Amino acid sequence: MQIYRAHVLICGGTGCTSSGSENVKKEFEEQLKKHHLENEVQIVGTGCFGLCARGPVVVVYPEGAMYTMVRVEDVEEIVTEHLLKGRMVRRLLAGGQEAGDVTQSLDKVDFFKKQLRIALRNCGIINPEDIDEYIAFDGYKALTKVLTEMTPEQVIDTVKRSGLRGRGGAGFPTGLKWEFAARQQNETKYVCCNADEGDPGAFMDRSVLEGDPHSVIEAMIIAGYAIGAHQGFIYVRAEYPIAVKRLEIAIGQAKEYGLLGKNILGTGFAFDLELRLGAGAFVCGEETALMTSIEGHRGEPRPRPPFPAVKGLWGKPTILNNVETFANIPRIILNGAEWFAGIGTERSKGTKVFAMGGKINNTGLLEVPMGTTLREVIYDIGGGIPGGKKFKAAQTGGPSGGCIPASHIDTPIEYDTLVQLGSMMGSGGLIVMDEDTCMVDIARYFLDFTVDESCGKCPPCRIGTKRMLEILERITGGKGEEGDIEKLETLAKNIKASALCALGQSAPNPVLSTLRYFRDEYEAHVKEKRCPAGVCKAMMKYVINADSCKSCGICAKNCPVGAIEGEKKVPYRIDQDKCIKCGTCMEKCPFKAIFKNV
Amino acid sequence: MKTITELEEIRKRTLEKIKPGTNSNRLRILVGMATCGIAAGARPVMNAFIEELKKRNISDVTVTMTGCIGACRLEPIVEVIDSDGRRVTYVKMTEEKAARVVVEHIVNGRVCVDYTIGEAERKTAEG
Repeated sequence: MQIYRAHVLICGGTGCTSSGSENVKKEFEEQLKKHHLENEVQIVGTGCFGLCARGPVVVVYPEGAMYTMVRVEDVEEIVTEHLLKGRMVRRLLAGGQEAGDVTQSLDKVDFFKKQLRIALRNCGIINPEDIDEYIAFDGYKALTKVLTEMTPEQVIDTVKRSGLRGRGGAGFPTGLKWEFAARQQNETKYVCCNADEGDPGAFMDRSVLEGDPHSVIEAMIIAGYAIGAHQGFIYVRAEYPIAVKRLEIAIGQAKEYGLLGKNILGTGFAFDLELRLGAGAFVCGEETALMTSIEGHRGEPRPRPPFPAVKGLWGKPTILNNVETFANIPRIILNGAEWFAGIGTERSKGTKVFAMGGKINNTGLLEVPMGTTLREVIYDIGGGIPGGKKFKAAQTGGPSGGCIPASHIDTPIEYDTLVQLGSMMGSGGLIVMDEDTCMVDIARYFLDFTVDESCGKCPPCRIGTKRMLEILERITGGKGEEGDIEKLETLAKNIKASALCALGQSAPNPVLSTLRYFRDEYEAHVKEKRCPAGVCKAMMKYVINADSCKSCGICAKNCPVGAIEGEKKVPYRIDQDKCIKCGTCMEKCPFKAIFKNV
Repeated sequence: MKTITELEEIRKRTLEKIKPGTNSNRLRILVGMATCGIAAGARPVMNAFIEELKKRNISDVTVTMTGCIGACRLEPIVEVIDSDGRRVTYVKMTEEKAARVVVEHIVNGRVCVDYTIGEAERKTAEG
């Protein structure tokens, strides 16, 4: 059997025949002969393609290119261009199905229109494993500018004037931090990148490292130049294998290009970079614990001062910045301090990346100018709350942050306003909660996390948070006692005042902020043994409404513990002693006869 | 070691290379391959694109991985960028959808509207 490299399928259906496909087929045969392709290309007459209105239809394989309304005069072009040279004849392709008003691209949907992407500028645009693509999008241009046109003082001045503040949590001015380290007289200094992203639900750092690793590397070299350091470390958690792999590739490529190492870009400046993998302890995101871990010791914090800028890694002056902070630096250098300072608010400049999750339609990663209101983020970008439920609160700052209630939804998001509200920016986790969320249970969840992650070095955090958790478990378990709320407040105040590191000091925040805005919920739990949101299982039960129960028995069949009994024509009943409150019966009931009694 | 001039050359050369429109690079297909994308199945989708293009002898289209674009709930996300910079964003992609996008969009220039982000959003809105 002869093997052909291409096939030309010409429609021989009634529709195409009447629009002249016979002649087109004859012309193809002649043209193939003329160009000596008859042994390479086979012509096949086929049945109807269903596109009769646009006949004659010709399909060329292997590509599967569909040409429509092919006239005899077009055949030569198809043969010489497509079959001979392998270039499809675009003007004849079926093409142009009317798209109507459907938005086809990401940059035009609401989720993106309100965003301003600086730290995430290259994420989803370039190939993170190809340094050339980073360079193509002005990568390492800021480094070139810094090394050839700027003094270290000018670099620090630019960062200071930009108003950039640390994106890892506390919001310390980055330029000031660099200046402190630069002032230290020491031959050895270090630049560290904190990529130990530990807040539950936050993943913007991972995203930057995975999507644009070179932006962090470039910024770290710039920081090294600014403070006079020649060695950097990126401390990244081992649970981010893809980020680690892409960083390794990126560092390798930067070394190959001489962007890391000795005599960078022929300017004589030397800087090298190493990765350090963390085992995922939450406390290692705290700067002193992180440095202790890099040094090879158990990751535990130490009191400050001395601050790392004075005495950091191995006792040498060290700056530590978060991934997102670094990712902003190259743009600030290229576009200027004024450009960056022109974005955002009076005291919070630039943009902030948020990882939005929880009860929200558009979960995901977004970057907005500082000062954008919570309402814009949740409704315009986030697409609102699913199922038409009511917005109750937003949790920012993870286990160190707090809840912002619905009454403050029009607050602009910036460092200082969040602190005033009893929360904090944190790394940018944003968990949206609807009316079905129990705020006491949320506080319990975060305390549970802190107790798990407490390093145990200082008693306020080790013992104090544990006691707080026990009280919260008692309250959510329906065994709250008079005075529990006051005990929580006292403990919280004391832990805040006495814990060793920022993590311990901020651990009571989730409790304090929910107490501040949702004290009535705590009181309902303690005094009335009632969970208003119907979340705390100990205080609610599933009940069958005898009037609407049709005795179909579906609930009993689906109950995993056999807690439902009944017989024909008699409403079913739930044995509350056996019931584990899984909610399956309510979900399965076809008559909506089962409801939560809170 | 690269000099500053060489860096500038790389910039120009790569921009030329990744900018669709030249004959050797008609379209650029970007597959979101961050943790979210990979977890949602981006790797088989990217392989499906490469396979389908190979099967059809199409060499003027590049397939490239990229990072997270932010809409993680819609992963695997695939963007097709044409010579005018026009982007078409396909969401929740599968290997089967990839095959259809290649034959309809890449070869025949007909956007698979029902896989695009706008259509997905509309469906979500309708519940």
